[in-house]
Amino acid sequence: MAEASGRDHGNVKVDLVALLAIQVVYAVASLALISIGLAIIFGMMRVINLAHGEFLMLGGYAAIVAASHGISIWLSILVVAPIVVGVIGIIVERTIIRFLYGRMIDTMLATWGLSLFLVGLTTAIFGNTTVGISAPLGSIEIGAYRTSVYTLFVIAVAVVVLGVIFAVMRWTRLGLIARGTMQNANMAAALGVNPPRVYAVTFGIGAALSGLAGAVLAPVSGVFPTIGVAYVAKSFITVIGGGAAIISGTVSASALFGTVNQIATFITTPVFGEVALLAAAIVLIRLLPQGITGRFFRRGL
Amino acid sequence: MSINRRTFLQSAAVTAATGMFSSITWADTPIGVAGIHDLSGGLDIYGKPMVDALTLAVEEANAAGGLLGRQIKLINYDPQSNMQLYTQFAQQAALKDKVAVVHGGITSASREVIRPVLDRFKTLYFYNTQYEGGVCDRDQFDTGVTPAQTVEKLVPYAMKKWGKKVYVVAADYNYGQITSQWVKKYVLENGGEVSSIDYFPLDVTNFGPTISKIQAAKPDFVWSALVGGAHISFYRQWAAAGMRASIPMASTTFAVGNEHIVLSPQECNGMLICYNYFQDLKNPVNEAFVANFHKRFGADYPNITELAMGTYQGFRLWAEAVKKAGSIDRMKVIEALETGISIDAPSGKVTIDPPTHHCVLDVHIAEVSDKKLKVLEDFVQQKPADTAAVCNLIKNPTDNQQYVIKI
Repeated sequence: MAEASGRDHGNVKVDLVALLAIQVVYAVASLALISIGLAIIFGMMRVINLAHGEFLMLGGYAAIVAASHGISIWLSILVVAPIVVGVIGIIVERTIIRFLYGRMIDTMLATWGLSLFLVGLTTAIFGNTTVGISAPLGSIEIGAYRTSVYTLFVIAVAVVVLGVIFAVMRWTRLGLIARGTMQNANMAAALGVNPPRVYAVTFGIGAALSGLAGAVLAPVSGVFPTIGVAYVAKSFITVIGGGAAIISGTVSASALFGTVNQIATFITTPVFGEVALLAAAIVLIRLLPQGITGRFFRRGL
Repeated sequence: MSINRRTFLQSAAVTAATGMFSSITWADTPIGVAGIHDLSGGLDIYGKPMVDALTLAVEEANAAGGLLGRQIKLINYDPQSNMQLYTQFAQQAALKDKVAVVHGGITSASREVIRPVLDRFKTLYFYNTQYEGGVCDRDQFDTGVTPAQTVEKLVPYAMKKWGKKVYVVAADYNYGQITSQWVKKYVLENGGEVSSIDYFPLDVTNFGPTISKIQAAKPDFVWSALVGGAHISFYRQWAAAGMRASIPMASTTFAVGNEHIVLSPQECNGMLICYNYFQDLKNPVNEAFVANFHKRFGADYPNITELAMGTYQGFRLWAEAVKKAGSIDRMKVIEALETGISIDAPSGKVTIDPPTHHCVLDVHIAEVSDKKLKVLEDFVQQKPADTAAVCNLIKNPTDNQQYVIKI
């Protein structure tokens, strides 16, 4: 497309570059949003949650159901969805996951079953023609181009979410207890912490963040029972690519993959955009088997 | 060796087949009819209405006394939007359930998976979806509309209304690839230009970069051949970027999965589409059909889709041919269909075109308007001219391939 603009004006347009920059930041932000819940559950508890995509999907449904019952759309997305999915997450942890700590393969099987169950349940309840919500906030002009203001809102939510998680982990007692329990549960228990409760709360928080991400993205990508499939692979690639540190890992991997994907998509086609993302992930894991934070930002959170 | 594996299997199959046909003399064994449609996974938005329509068609036939004095047993398979399961269920329908006919396949990819299987096991196959055209196979009948029937009408209509420069976005598999070439052909023939054709894998949900590219290309309108639940987000993001007001859209797939109900009117009003069937068609056959359908599946049924009607009409055509042949034998039914069987369907008159095994039928251009599809113009009795240009099964009965358009 740079070629086409070149023919028009003889140089690359500033407004198109700005628009592309917003798209790249948006892609990074949405990757970080859909991955952070998984990063917490996987990174802190070593549970491979294959129902992660369905947690996102449930967040979307929680938001549209709340919005269709007259609750303000902002409340539905930012409050109702994370609470609903967080509660579901705690129920799942208490009834399924807690029996499977330390058995990674078993958690994969159990959460995969859970994912099928949730898709079936949602289809049974809502059918597959669900009226979605359209993105609020309208659009803005950037030079000769237009983009959705909601895009900027998604970026803002991602920044706030990551900021809050960082603050909680770094500076609060809750964060300290969580980090301590994940590092050495027996030692934490000896110091008076109740590890099962910490696990349940952590799992609930991870689920709530997934619900929030699903709800925030619902007006952009729509809501239907199998939407989780579109998210789950990318989330896992991001989390694995990021490595052990939750926040710096998620942010750095999202930044890398989001940028590669968007730029490749813009220059070539969406097919090559996806291929470029996967190729980047393969190269990354080959060079840094422990993920980005296995080598860089090792002292990050 | 005088008996190799192939001749042994052939003779075994003949014995089995003889056994099957001798059993049909008893009127109490029902006739098996298989439906293979995705009821879960990403394509269930298309499959559910198709299965409902097939169920209704079978129930109606049974209530009217069945076929050849026998009841019809409908066996539904759900391949879960998974191509491997299509192979497995096609084999199961042909070999284990020994059905008289298979109706099914939604995406063109799934059709090309089960078509060779059903060819091999000599089981009659009806593909009832609107598709890119060109399949030429004596074992198969295609009751859906093809580009010469729809794209050929809609391209000039949209170009006259909006302008000559078109940007195409399409799903990345055989349907989208071939259909977008048809769009290009008709745009060029009408003196227009195609600025770009972009293909998307079925699970893409972020269309931001493409929307930027379309804005940079400044087309007069966008043509969508996007498929499945994930691709609905294109229309959302398009509207959210404020583009719907400035660049209009036409589509060969929109509303087939009830996208016009899932999206809000602000996101898709004014979009142009062209199909064989719309629920609001005004004719007595359709009004009676819609009433029956709502009685069976509830008055709040979202919308009877193009694909649902294709499936209903496909079953009816097959049933007519069975009556005419007086048998469910595959070859006799094919020969009966090749006499140019015709039914009075809710969409109007539908007739099998013998040389192509496609249908001659009515098509209509419609506009999305507040969650409804408003019919704007009618074109009666359109022939499948695209397939007819390359395929003649009367002259070459052994032809078995999909012809692809070349520009």
